[in-house]
Amino acid sequence: MSFQIMINLAMALLWMIINDAWSFASFISGFFLGLLVLYFMRGFFRERLYFHRVYAALVLVLIFFKELILSSFSVAKQILSPKLNIRPGIFEMETTLEKEWEVTLLSLLITLTPGTLVVEVAPDNRSLFIHAMDLQSVEAAEKEIRNTFEKAIREVSR
Amino acid sequence: MTEIVDWIVALLALVGAAFSIISAVGLLRLPDIFTRSHAATKAATLGVLCVVLGAFLFFMVHTQTFSLRFVLTLVFVFVTAPVGGHLIARAAYNAGVPLAERSSQDALSRSREENRASNEEKTDNNY
Repeated sequence: MSFQIMINLAMALLWMIINDAWSFASFISGFFLGLLVLYFMRGFFRERLYFHRVYAALVLVLIFFKELILSSFSVAKQILSPKLNIRPGIFEMETTLEKEWEVTLLSLLITLTPGTLVVEVAPDNRSLFIHAMDLQSVEAAEKEIRNTFEKAIREVSR
Repeated sequence: MTEIVDWIVALLALVGAAFSIISAVGLLRLPDIFTRSHAATKAATLGVLCVVLGAFLFFMVHTQTFSLRFVLTLVFVFVTAPVGGHLIARAAYNAGVPLAERSSQDALSRSREENRASNEEKTDNNY
């Protein structure tokens, strides 16, 4: 992946030298032309092209903001309701993510989302212990995290 | 154009302030430290996000400066808030702070007891 980025940057530099135009705008146009060249060279790389990964990361950020807004409103509703009607609890979620940074990212995202909080990561990185503010059913909470964050992170690291 | 942006900025600042107030209310009303830290992390995410976004838009329109410092602020808040929340909750749990009585389950204590039991079994076998 870093090799592809290096090629892309070299292509941008080459474009600037050929045009003898040393501005940020010409760097950008050279960078995008480099992307095009990389796209045509895609058969020569063993890995998939790196901008698939950039795209997946963008999708992850969008999913995060959607979850952030939705769960902020649900938590605000619970706090402001006249009778506090919540069932907090700690549940265990087994994760299929393996690399250290993936598990770290997953727990960061879970903790940032209001309503869920990672209390502990199991020593073998296999499962997370999550405190939920309103735990109606463990399966539903687990499924939600699995279908949003975990799936998106796996897409990034694939 | 600036008129519209001013309205958007005002709205963002208001929403951010409202979320901060709500989390302050939550800090007072919720039963135990774990649920309270939910309220605290919420202020640090959506509330700060709205306020900083408002400031960013305001300076972009009124002084024509595209200040990346605001983006950097957001990045630092988003990186540090969950780490702090996690550490506080973990420290509280390990120090033996009880969960609220209305809590439905505690999977962590169950798993720890299982671990302890299996460890004892292992040491028994060694002897």
